Amino acid sequence: MLGKTAGGLYWMFRYLERSENTARLVEAGQRIALTRSSSAEDEWLSILQTAAVDVGYMEKYEEVTKEQAIDWMLRDKDNPSSVLSVVGAARDNARLVRTALTREVWESVNQCWMVLKEALARKVSERDLPEVLSLIRQRAAFVRGAMHGTMLRNDIYDFARIGTFIERADNTARILDTKYYVLLPSAFSVGSAVDNVQWESILRSVSAEGGFRMVYGQDVKPREIAQFLILDKRMPRSLAFCCDKIRDNLGYLVADYADRLPCHDMADQLGLNYMSHTVDEIFDHGLHEFIQDFLTATGSLGRQIEIDYRFTV
Amino acid sequence: MEQTQSQDGQSQSQRQTFDEMWGHTQDLRSPYARFHDWFQDEDPARLQKKQREAEEVFRLTGITFNVYGRAEAAERLIPFDIIPRIIAGREWSKLARGIEQRVRAINAFLYDIYHRQEIIRAGRLPAEMIAKNEAFLPQMIGVEPPGGVYTHIVGIDLVRTGDDDFFVLEDNARTPSGVSYMLENRETMLQMFPELFSKNRVQPVSNYPKMLRRSLAACAPPQCTGIPVVAVLTPGIYNSAYYEHSFLADKMGVELVEGHDLRVIDGRVAMRTTQGYKAIDVLYRRVDDEYLDPLNFNPDSALGIPGIMDVYRAGGITIANAPGTGIADDKAIYSYMPDIVEFYTGEKAILQNVPTHRCSDPKTLQYVLDNLKELVVKEVHGSGGYGMLIGPTSSKRELSEFRAKLQSRPANYIAQPTLALSTVPILTKAGLAPRHVDLRPFVLVSPNGIEITPGGLTRVALKKGSLVVNSSQGGGTKDTWVLEE
Repeated sequence: MLGKTAGGLYWMFRYLERSENTARLVEAGQRIALTRSSSAEDEWLSILQTAAVDVGYMEKYEEVTKEQAIDWMLRDKDNPSSVLSVVGAARDNARLVRTALTREVWESVNQCWMVLKEALARKVSERDLPEVLSLIRQRAAFVRGAMHGTMLRNDIYDFARIGTFIERADNTARILDTKYYVLLPSAFSVGSAVDNVQWESILRSVSAEGGFRMVYGQDVKPREIAQFLILDKRMPRSLAFCCDKIRDNLGYLVADYADRLPCHDMADQLGLNYMSHTVDEIFDHGLHEFIQDFLTATGSLGRQIEIDYRFTV
Repeated sequence: MEQTQSQDGQSQSQRQTFDEMWGHTQDLRSPYARFHDWFQDEDPARLQKKQREAEEVFRLTGITFNVYGRAEAAERLIPFDIIPRIIAGREWSKLARGIEQRVRAINAFLYDIYHRQEIIRAGRLPAEMIAKNEAFLPQMIGVEPPGGVYTHIVGIDLVRTGDDDFFVLEDNARTPSGVSYMLENRETMLQMFPELFSKNRVQPVSNYPKMLRRSLAACAPPQCTGIPVVAVLTPGIYNSAYYEHSFLADKMGVELVEGHDLRVIDGRVAMRTTQGYKAIDVLYRRVDDEYLDPLNFNPDSALGIPGIMDVYRAGGITIANAPGTGIADDKAIYSYMPDIVEFYTGEKAILQNVPTHRCSDPKTLQYVLDNLKELVVKEVHGSGGYGMLIGPTSSKRELSEFRAKLQSRPANYIAQPTLALSTVPILTKAGLAPRHVDLRPFVLVSPNGIEITPGGLTRVALKKGSLVVNSSQGGGTKDTWVLEE
C-alpha cells in the first residue's frame, strides 16, 4: 500500500470521528445551557477548549456566546475543525484513497458530505439544532456501518481503525482535561446540583449516560466517572478501550508486514504507563497531570506512526 | 441553420440531417426496432423518474468533473441521458476495421517520426510540419518504447452524417479521457433497465479495465522481472478527470500515484509504500508530457518525477502513452492522416477525414476568411471545445473577432466545413427529441494486437440544434450499444 494511502485512510477516519465528537460536545453544551441559567458563557468556553478550537474562536470573536460558539464549531470554514470543515477533509481524503475503499464506504462518505453540506449551508437555528446534531452522528454511523460490513480486514482496515482510535482517545482525554476539576474529590461539592449537571454533561459528551447507568446505577459519582472513562475496557470511548484498539491494530500490521517498528513499542508503553493503574492511584498521582501526559503520549504515538509507515516524504 | 457543403457543392439543409433512429426519411431503422417497441409501452412519467434517479446515482458515486477557468473549482455532473444510442453489429464491424487501421498507422507514424522519418524523405509530409511543431518532442528521437508501442490507449472521435458515412473528427493519442463514463453509463443502464438488455443482445464493455491492465502489462520494460507492476499517475484530486483516474486504478487493481509518491531509486521509478520503496514497471500516466519530468521538460512542474525520462530511455519503465505522441493528434497533422494511413499500411484509409483547410497557406486562409460563416475553425493545439468557432451559429461580433485572430496567427488554425452531424433521440419533458452526437471509441494497443471496445463514449449536445458536444461546454453523455451481429 502507498504510504500516502495509509495516511489518507488514517486522516479520513480521524476527521470522521472528530465530526461526531464535535456534535456530541455541542449537544452536551446545549444541554447545560438549557438546564442552567448562570455562567453559560463559561460553559461554552470550556467546550471550545475541549474541542481545541478556542484560540481560533477568540481571534474571530470578542466574546463567547452560545450562537457564535455553535456556529464556529459546526459550520465555520475558518475553523479547520468545524464539522463542515472536517467532513470536507474526510471526503477529500476518501477521494485520495478511493481505490482502497469499497463502493459502499466511498458512497457513504460522499453522501455524508453532500447531506451535511446542505444541512450546514445556513446558520442552524435553535429549533433545528437537535435534528442537525443527530444527522451528523447518524452520517458518521453510516460510514462506520459500511466499513464494518464491506471492508477486508487487512492493512487498509488497520490504518482506518488506528486513525479512529487515536482521535477518539484524544477526544475523551480532552473532555477529562477540561473538566478534571469537577471530578476531584472535594468535601464541599459532593452531590451539589451544579456538580450533578457537570457530571452528566461529561457522560453525555461521550454518549455514556446509558452505559454508566447499567454499570453503576442511578447515582453519579466522580470517581466512578473517571474509572468508567479512563479504565473501563467495555466502554468504547474510554482511554483503555482506545489504547487496546490502537495496540491491536498496530499488532495486525506487525503480523501482516512481518516488521516491528518504533511505534509498536510506543503503543505497548502507552498501555503500560497509563492503563495499568487503579483509579485511586491516578487520583493520587494527580488526574490533571495524568491526562496531560496521556495527551502528549498519544500525540507522539500518532507522529511516530506517520513516520514509520511513510505517510509523507 | 446547419449548412454543409456536399460533394457537388450544393447546400443541404437541416431537414436532411441523418437521425440514427429514423434515418433521413422517418423510417424506423432496424437497430432501434426492439427499443421502439419497448418505448411505446413505457409510461413517460416512469422514464422521467428514472432519468432523475440516474442523476442521483451519478452524484452519489461521485462521477463528477472539475471545470477549469471558474472562480470556484466546483464539481459538476456530466448530464446523462437514459435513451441508449444503438449501433448495428455490421455497422460496427466496418468501423472497427477502419479504427484498427488508423491506430496501426498512428503507431507506425510515431515510430518513424522519432527514428528515420521516412515519410518526410518520401515527400509525403512537409518537413516543417514536424520540425516546427511544438508537439514534437526532440527528447524522444531514437528512443525505443517497450514493445514498440507509442499509443497504448487511443480515442478516435467519430461523427456520422449518413447511413454509411462516418468521419474522423479528431484522433486522441495523448491521454484520451471518458472511458469511465462509458463504463458507468452501461452499469447505470443495466441497473435501471434490465428488461431492455434481455430484449436486445448488447455487446459488453465491462471487461475494458481487465483488457487495459493486460495490455499495459504486455508492454513491460526490459528491466522488468516477474509480474509487471502497473500504476496510474494522476495530477491529484483537484484534476478535472480525477474521478476517472481513481476509477481505472480501482478497477484494474493497481495503485493510483501522484508525483510526490514516486522517486528514482537505483535506476528504477519507485513508489513510496508503507513498507518502503517498490519499483513500478508500467506507468499509465494521466499527466501531460510537459509536466512529466522537471529535469527534462518544464522545470517548474510539481506533478512529475525528476529523472523519469532517463529511466525511460534506459528501459527501466514503460510510460503509457509514450511521451511525444501528441505529434500524431495535432490538428495540423490531422489533415495528412489519409496519406499517413496509406503510407504505412499500403491501403486506402477506410475511415474518412473531414476535409480540412490549413490556414497557414495564404490562398487557403483567404478562402477561409471569405467563407467563415460556413466553416468550423479550430485551434491547432486546442482541445475540449475551447477556442473554436462554429461559423453558422456565431454572432457577427464573434465572427469578426475570429477573423482578426486568423489574420494575426493563421498557422495556429485549421478550418472544416460544418458537417450535418447525425442526431439520436434524447429524453425531454415532451418525449423523445433529436440531438447531435459524436462517438469516441477506445482502442488498446499492445505487442499482442489492437483491441477495440464495442461502442465507446457518445457525447451529445443537449441544446436543441447545438453541435458542441464537449462536456466542458454543456454536453452530456449516453450509453452506446453495439448489438450482436
